[in-house]
Amino acid sequence: MSISRRRFLGWMGAAGMGVTLGRSARAAGPKTFPGYPESVGVLFDSTLCIGCRRCEAACNKVNHLPPPERPFDDLTVLEEPRRTRWDSYMVINKYYPNGRENPPAYGRMGCNHCKEPACASACFVRAFAKEPTGAVTYDETVCVGCRYCMIACPFEIPTYEYHKVLAPRISKCTLCQPRLLKGLLPGCVEACPTEALTFGKREDLIRSAHQRFRMHPGRYMEHIYGEHEMGGTNWLYLSGVPFAEIGKREDLGTRAAPEFTAGALAAVPLVVGLWPVLLTGIYAISRRKEKMADEERTAAVADAVAKTQAASDEKLSAAMEKAKKEKESAVEGAVKKALEEAEKARKAEMAEAEKTETPEAGAGEKAGKDSEEGA
Amino acid sequence: MSSEHATAHKPVMSPFTIVAGIVLILGALVTVLRFTGGLAATTNLSDYNPWGLWIGFDLLVGVALAAGGFVTSAAVYIFGMKRYHSAVRPAILTGFLGYALVVFALHYDVGQPWRLPYPFIVQSGTTSLLFEVGACVALYLTVLFIEFTPAPLEWLGFKRVRNLVVKLTMLLTILGVILSTLHQSSLGALFLIAPSKLHPLWYSGYLPVFFFVSAIIAGLSMVIFEGGLAHKYFHDKMDETHLREKEDVAFGFAKAAAWVLAGYFSIKVIGVAVDNNWSYLATGYGAWFLVELLGFVALPCFLYAVAVRDHNMSLVKYTAGWTVLGIVVNRLNVSLVAFNWHLPSSERYFPHWMEIVISLFIVTIGVLVFRFIVTRMPIMHEHPDYHGEH
Ligand code: SF4
Ligand code: SF4
Ligand code: SF4
Repeated sequence: MSISRRRFLGWMGAAGMGVTLGRSARAAGPKTFPGYPESVGVLFDSTLCIGCRRCEAACNKVNHLPPPERPFDDLTVLEEPRRTRWDSYMVINKYYPNGRENPPAYGRMGCNHCKEPACASACFVRAFAKEPTGAVTYDETVCVGCRYCMIACPFEIPTYEYHKVLAPRISKCTLCQPRLLKGLLPGCVEACPTEALTFGKREDLIRSAHQRFRMHPGRYMEHIYGEHEMGGTNWLYLSGVPFAEIGKREDLGTRAAPEFTAGALAAVPLVVGLWPVLLTGIYAISRRKEKMADEERTAAVADAVAKTQAASDEKLSAAMEKAKKEKESAVEGAVKKALEEAEKARKAEMAEAEKTETPEAGAGEKAGKDSEEGA
Repeated sequence: MSSEHATAHKPVMSPFTIVAGIVLILGALVTVLRFTGGLAATTNLSDYNPWGLWIGFDLLVGVALAAGGFVTSAAVYIFGMKRYHSAVRPAILTGFLGYALVVFALHYDVGQPWRLPYPFIVQSGTTSLLFEVGACVALYLTVLFIEFTPAPLEWLGFKRVRNLVVKLTMLLTILGVILSTLHQSSLGALFLIAPSKLHPLWYSGYLPVFFFVSAIIAGLSMVIFEGGLAHKYFHDKMDETHLREKEDVAFGFAKAAAWVLAGYFSIKVIGVAVDNNWSYLATGYGAWFLVELLGFVALPCFLYAVAVRDHNMSLVKYTAGWTVLGIVVNRLNVSLVAFNWHLPSSERYFPHWMEIVISLFIVTIGVLVFRFIVTRMPIMHEHPDYHGEH
């Protein structure tokens, strides 16, 4: 047994697992989506961001969002960590990766317009669409408000209008899809006073990032956040400090969200196809068992009946015999009795005849018999 | 709950009536607030925590505990365990009420409840596991409704329709098992898309399998648990067959539950092993995971086995209650406790008291409707006209 038995068992186990769990998502699920080749995106260069919040202001304006509680030029807002909300599609956060005495770094939080969006794959009314431009858009006219998209998004981007009673909506960045279609830049990119936000084709942005790495050795982490994260996103990020320090999770992996559910989805037709067959099979077996048990029971019953029948037959004939005998003896008895009675009668007659001759004697005899009986 | 209800002329209010009354009044008030003030006025939901108690308890726990219907009808009609026949109707009724209430509860939770049919009539997101859940729950609710109808039909005296429905039993049972397999497991699969948010000890590629297997446990235990309660409060509604088979059902189901719990325990351990999550066991979450695994899976498995061996009816009943509680703990762990574990405590979710009120409100409605039905329709006894049938 030189093919290690353990390894063989390992393969078997792995194969079994793949089947039962649908873990082989790649095989079962959709092929990796390469993304729309011409799609656009934005490159955020944290090393160039000065935290002026003009992008936030522009976003608020072009999307007709309600005015903020504190004005956009109030930079003290940055001291508190913030997240996207129903009234702000994106926020800039300020971090102190090297302590408060050293210069801060800025991070952006907003929809990354994933190549294979978790939100879109999770929505059960297909309210989200990955547009050929690269934007992930939302259709509020079909949204039910289940908020599964919010559960699904690994970047925790979609937000909900919890305060609205009648028609609460999901709200999130649209990559300014309406403006893109008109040939305009996204609001934030247009407003940025530095080169922190660069708009372009995703492929060009990646090339530009590598160029920056080459031109400024030591300045960057030499990783483009979003190139592969969660299957790749159309927003890309550069940073001078580890990405975790500017609010980006580094443990998301490179598998696109739909891959996680592909196995479970692939199992559906399997269940629908196999279950009826299996269940009917089990039903047939249990029916057969029952039938066999039934047959056995009927057989046993028949047997028992036959036996009792035989027994009772015997008894019956015995009884008949007995009855016959009884009858016979009864007849005999009756005949005997009749004969006896006849005899008696004859004797009585004779006695009568004698009595008429000697009446005293006859009466005396009779009286004696009576007294005997009475005793 | 009190047996006083049987004698309705008594003016004394039982503690159950009082508590139920308070819950109903509070629930009605919160309902008004929910639909006039929105989710923000009645819940602690946030952008980080889009799902709260109404999903964790009302949907996940509700569906799991309503699994008794498919488990019992499969045991009796497919596996041919005729001797459990008297358990079918109560289980189907609980299942039907459970699912109906789940759907009712969803109307509170989703933002635009009038759009709930949209995934089926406007536009379908078939890549979504929630679509699968929705479709199966909707279909299964219909199946359960049809399976339940013989009772009211007998009650109302519609013989012909009733006989027609009874003829469909086998078909409905198979459909029920398929749909239950799909949506019970899909409820677990809902969380597959969020590996970065659910604690590794609870996240697993096996999640759909875990949910399906534990739903069977929930179904078996609920039948026993409810049987115990019903015996106490609806004793007068049970006929001889029901009373005679009841112990048999409890012990049979307890034995089955012990086996399934043992299987569930091992796949849970395999789940930890496959992803090599052993090191997490030494953390606080690990301790809680062990409480769930040992206290609510291993322990009831052992207790069921002991109870069956010793023919100890009351231990079977208590174990059933404990197991049901364990299912509640598990579903809340996956959806709330271990979900978003990476967030700072200030961003974590704890239900608003009004969310709790609505959950209690819905459970209370369930109990009241159940009581209304079993005190009138042939659920725990056979209708005299159909004696010895089915
Ligand atoms: S970041 Fe989130 S909301 Fe934006 S496209 Fe990706 S999954 Fe959807
Ligand atoms: S909340 Fe709306 S957009 Fe999000 S998944 Fe549900 S239906 Fe889709
Ligand atoms: S406008 Fe540009 S520099 Fe200003 S905060 Fe936004 S990204 Fe940074």
